[in-house]
Amino acid sequence: MFKLLETQMIVPNIHLVTLEAPAIASEIRPGQFVIVRAEEEGERIPLSVSDWDREKGTLTIIFMNVGNTTGKLASLRGGQNLPTVVGPLGNATEIEKFGTVLCLGGCYGIGSIFPIARGLKEKENKVITVIEARSSYLCYWEEKLEQVSDRIVSITRDGTKGYRGHVDRLPEIIKSLDEPVDRMIINGCTFLLKKGSDASRPLGIKTVVSLNPIMIDGTGMCGVCRVTVGGSTKFACVDGPDFDGHQVDWAELLQRRRTYMPEEVTSMRTSRCEEHVVKR
Amino acid sequence: MPKQAAEVRRHNFSEVALGYSVEHAVEEARRCLNCKKPKCVLGCPVEIDIPGFIRCIAERDFSSGVSVLKEKNLLPAICGRVCPQEEQCEETCILLKKGGQIAIGRLERFLADWEARQGELEIPKSPAATGKKVAVVGGGPAGLTVAGDLIKLGHQVIIFEALHKMGGVLIYGIPEFRLPKAIVSREVDYLKKLGVEVITDFVVGKTRTVDSLLQEFDAIFIGSGAGLPWFMDIPGENLNGVYSANEYLTRMNLMKGYLFPRFPTPIKEHKRVAVVGGGNVAMDCARTALRLGAEARIIYRRSRQELPAREEEVENAEEEGVIFDFLTLPIRYIGNENGWIKEIECLRMELGEPDSSGRRRPVPIEGSEFILPMDAAICAIGNSPNPLIAASTPGLEVGKRGNIVADEESGKTSRERVWAGGDVVTGAATVILAMGAGRKAARSIHEHLSSL
Repeated sequence: MFKLLETQMIVPNIHLVTLEAPAIASEIRPGQFVIVRAEEEGERIPLSVSDWDREKGTLTIIFMNVGNTTGKLASLRGGQNLPTVVGPLGNATEIEKFGTVLCLGGCYGIGSIFPIARGLKEKENKVITVIEARSSYLCYWEEKLEQVSDRIVSITRDGTKGYRGHVDRLPEIIKSLDEPVDRMIINGCTFLLKKGSDASRPLGIKTVVSLNPIMIDGTGMCGVCRVTVGGSTKFACVDGPDFDGHQVDWAELLQRRRTYMPEEVTSMRTSRCEEHVVKR
Repeated sequence: MPKQAAEVRRHNFSEVALGYSVEHAVEEARRCLNCKKPKCVLGCPVEIDIPGFIRCIAERDFSSGVSVLKEKNLLPAICGRVCPQEEQCEETCILLKKGGQIAIGRLERFLADWEARQGELEIPKSPAATGKKVAVVGGGPAGLTVAGDLIKLGHQVIIFEALHKMGGVLIYGIPEFRLPKAIVSREVDYLKKLGVEVITDFVVGKTRTVDSLLQEFDAIFIGSGAGLPWFMDIPGENLNGVYSANEYLTRMNLMKGYLFPRFPTPIKEHKRVAVVGGGNVAMDCARTALRLGAEARIIYRRSRQELPAREEEVENAEEEGVIFDFLTLPIRYIGNENGWIKEIECLRMELGEPDSSGRRRPVPIEGSEFILPMDAAICAIGNSPNPLIAASTPGLEVGKRGNIVADEESGKTSRERVWAGGDVVTGAATVILAMGAGRKAARSIHEHLSSL
């Protein structure tokens, strides 16, 4: 059992939970993830970790409420328990002194890019953090990110903060910097990872993306997370989750992520509604 | 042994084989000749006193029978169901050529089930604590055996399991209709009552390394299994609807996908499912798909004779209506416009000269390509050992296929105080061989601990 200490919705539909998991907190490094079950007999889902406190033995996870399990997770409160939190899984993001690194985060990835930016800053990189969101009211953790970044840039679809549009504005942003970008690291939804990689490809900037396919065990056992990278099949859980964004077969990944769409709808309709009806 | 009728069982997930009645078991036990030099025992990887427990059944002293069985095997309800007795104890039975071997596995199951019906199990007195601490990595058959053997000798044992439930392949792999999960839980609970401590959701190699555990434990046994699924590396393998056997079975067994949406992990209800491979795992997948309402077929590149699955399982599959395409090799999965599998292209094969395994090598027949319409394919061609521990343990010798190298007799690895056994050493094999390896390792660990 893993005790939840704090849960809150930090911006609409994006939630933050802090929980006790001392063994994981003492080992985790930037870019690694955990597998979580929100209830007994519940589904296993992978979630990126946005922060940790090794002394207190806690993890902070930020996630978007998009389906059955994240919905359940969002409904829990401090003091309640999660039956499973297992990790740290996957390989850590490669962090060296690269020079100037652009960290791009969208939705939950605004949170999970934070420890990566922090790690890069500790290695004396110049860190440019780009926050991507639909609108200004969906941006969060800017103050936290400022502490580990040399500069923060926002892109919002509606232009209510920073640049208007999507990551196709990246080339302009990069041009406006005083120095060339040596590496780009992206965390967020698959669409953002793909768009960001598309934008950086013509600029010839090495781009590392943190993939988030469907997973079950997260230890290499089931193979559902397989992705094609550079023409060969990789397991995102044990070979990744970080890969070269210019080598990923995005069409395949997007299509594999849609495998259980109809079941997800069934799940939302049946289990959730019934539960509420019974309670009343 | 009585079974559920094929027509009935192909629509449910309840256990297929129903087990012996008391009268039937006693009658079968009375056939045993009680050989002076019993060959059956030589065929048993965990050296059970087989004539001993059979004699107890014949005398209707079931309780003593259980004690005899449990001296050597802590998991009789499981072994009685999934051991390939026809290749082990029963193969060497003297009666094999004289009217039929004793059904040792079924009698073993009978005793274990009899004991379960008696209510609370008797917990043997704990031995004096030795103060020695052993970490067991992996809660599957090998790890459970090591834990059981060492706790009975007074050592402190903690099992670290990566998944959220104990049992390894017994929980995530073998389906309910072959091995009810309540039985696995019962056996695990028994170990806990003996004093074994269990920590789930803990991935050794990730949550903590072997080296870190060595600072706290006197010995470590690695039984992390063969957890990395093989694919054939043919076009279209990443289409939606193409699964590894591990994924398909894990969704079903560990996550209870067949009860979706009551249990939230989904599994698709496919109409036509092809399972590639001919082992027990392939049979499990095909029979599972069938129970979910699909037309299920096995695609196997050799002929029926070479099927590595147990004859009993093949017969069960045939009775239930699984279709077999022998001498057939998939060469390509073809997708529809949405990225879902719609067809499998296959080649017909013929048998040529024997290969290194002694079986005749299948050779493709030129120009024999044909197409099978299919909305799912399950790849059940095997697994390699999980790489997480080898990758995070410097100095641990690893073989060509990623298997941990361990001494066959003792289970000792290239690292001091580290033992290994089961599928992580041998590659995917059977439950009982993993238990046999666990038994040998436990003996060697005990020797080591006693010398400290």
